[in-house]
Amino acid sequence: MSINQSGWKPTAPAKGEGAAPTFTGNKALMLEEPLIFEIGSTKTTGVDFAEGDVAHDRLGDLTRKAPIGLPGLSEQETVRHYTRLSRQNYAIDLGLFPLGSCTMKHNPRLNEKMARLPGFADVHPLQPVDTVQGALEVINQLAFWLIDLTGMHGVAMSPKAGAHGELCGILCIKAALEKRGEGHRKVVLVPESAHGTNPATAAFAGFTVEDIPATPDGRVDLDALTARLGPDVAAVMITNPNTCGLFERDLKAISDAVHAAGGYVYCDGANFNAIVGRVRPGDLGVDAMHINLHKTFSTPHGGGGPGSGPVVLSEALSPFGPLPFTERHGDGYITLVEEETVEDRHPDSFGRMTAFHGQMGMFTRALTYILSHGADGLRQVAEDAVLNANYVLRSLEDVLDAPFAASGPCMHEAIFSDKGFADGFSTIDAAKALIDEGFHPMTMYFPLVVHGAMLVEPTETESKAALDQFIGALRSVAERAKAGDPSLKTAPHFAPRSRLDETLAARKPVLVWKEPAPVAEAAE
Amino acid sequence: MSRYFTEDHEWIDVDGDTGTVGISDYAQGQLGDIVFVEVPDEGRQLTKGDEAAVVESVKAASDVYSPVSGNVVEGNAALADDPSLVNSDPEGEGWFFRIQLSDPSELEELMDEAAYEAFVAKL
Repeated sequence: MSINQSGWKPTAPAKGEGAAPTFTGNKALMLEEPLIFEIGSTKTTGVDFAEGDVAHDRLGDLTRKAPIGLPGLSEQETVRHYTRLSRQNYAIDLGLFPLGSCTMKHNPRLNEKMARLPGFADVHPLQPVDTVQGALEVINQLAFWLIDLTGMHGVAMSPKAGAHGELCGILCIKAALEKRGEGHRKVVLVPESAHGTNPATAAFAGFTVEDIPATPDGRVDLDALTARLGPDVAAVMITNPNTCGLFERDLKAISDAVHAAGGYVYCDGANFNAIVGRVRPGDLGVDAMHINLHKTFSTPHGGGGPGSGPVVLSEALSPFGPLPFTERHGDGYITLVEEETVEDRHPDSFGRMTAFHGQMGMFTRALTYILSHGADGLRQVAEDAVLNANYVLRSLEDVLDAPFAASGPCMHEAIFSDKGFADGFSTIDAAKALIDEGFHPMTMYFPLVVHGAMLVEPTETESKAALDQFIGALRSVAERAKAGDPSLKTAPHFAPRSRLDETLAARKPVLVWKEPAPVAEAAE
Repeated sequence: MSRYFTEDHEWIDVDGDTGTVGISDYAQGQLGDIVFVEVPDEGRQLTKGDEAAVVESVKAASDVYSPVSGNVVEGNAALADDPSLVNSDPEGEGWFFRIQLSDPSELEELMDEAAYEAFVAKL
């Protein structure tokens, strides 16, 4: 026989052999990545420019006198650095993202395909309108859907995120009050369970914010709210479903009372995914509501893409909405109503919030999502989002304190508290341990009305198998927290970095990288 | 010298017409590790309830309200270098500012130590 003498002898691995630490600190595909400043050197560069032709610059005293000291990296070093870092990140494409109130759901690939069609992706907002009729049709159709789904009168498409949409709605209310000669109404009432952006928006627009307490079951206290209404109240900002994951059953009564007192109702529509296709906010007396396309209508966010926050408006507020907007004519041709073309048709507009039409790429994705689901599919989105949240709530209420479990079914998010954890253990410890379990943690310590709040929003896009795995992980973590397992206090243990010292980082932040002193090179 | 507390968790020690103001041990415990403190400048006129100082922890930035009206005599410069004094000795070395009271009768609306302890116990 002929024998291959390369030395390769296939054998089954021996049992019980442990791992020795590696020379590099890497663990196979888990790479220990240095800072970009520690790669390359100030003596190298990734690009090779020819010497400039300019003999004399005109910077005078402003000319740099010493090298800037930034390291140079080759293209390959740079690409590898960021690709390696990206592998240490967590994303919706890697697993369940239970952040409550953020609505991190799957971004369908069909959305991406449509947004990349050259007719949508390669247009410029300053192109003549007869060359972008398809793009304008997308904006116009999406506007129609948003009005229809909310039962409202008009929509401002240009706001670029949820909080931007809030500002748009509040500016509409301000303009409407001033038009009525009631600019003296300066108070905006905000329930204590509101999104933090609500009071910030009202204050930014020049209003005074006053809190409205919640009832013990987690909803707005209707009596306290109506008692506070009066000639100085401009508006109420209310989130529905609210941040306790509950439907505000009294919203119609609240709206009627606010309108009777001469105010307007702003609804934070960040949680619209829980009621889309089931409830039309217009029927509940809402005057303005932003819709997070990046939540309800599945466009990417959280680093994956820009937000988009169109605002639907009641008949009373529509005349005050911002420019520009699309207008469809009888023959199907769409024009853009802007300052130059508005003439006297929209004289009360408060102005313009953005340079152009809005987030075109998000419009295309959101319309794709809406059309691919259809009206019945969107209704099922809300039903499944609520079903999934209730499944999480009921699966964990025996091990975690669920303060509103007795208030009836939750909407799109389940809320737990840290009551019952061992002394010295809090929500942060459970959240860090979830990182070890391979999950992004849930929203922590919000809403403020719940001690050590854990706000979980599974969304409709997770399967029962995925939910069961998450529930199992959170159950295990909760049991360890109740038992006082000391290893929780230093979790995460398996992440690229373990528990960070946030106090030291805040007290003594290192903001400038300094090149370490050169190590003496061995003589040749 | 007597010590008074507010419902917003400030304390004030009064000696003659001068008061020393800080935040309570309960307040520092709720805030967690303090990482930054901004105290009022000498000479600043404060009305009772005014935002007098800012205290920042890893968790949140909070305003500290003046428990009385008056004229700031001194801010605690040591807190700029070592904000952790508010954690280690909130009702001593971790004081925020000294104020010359313009209306000592305002003290009557504040709580004494026992009343404050009872107030905190209910939170």
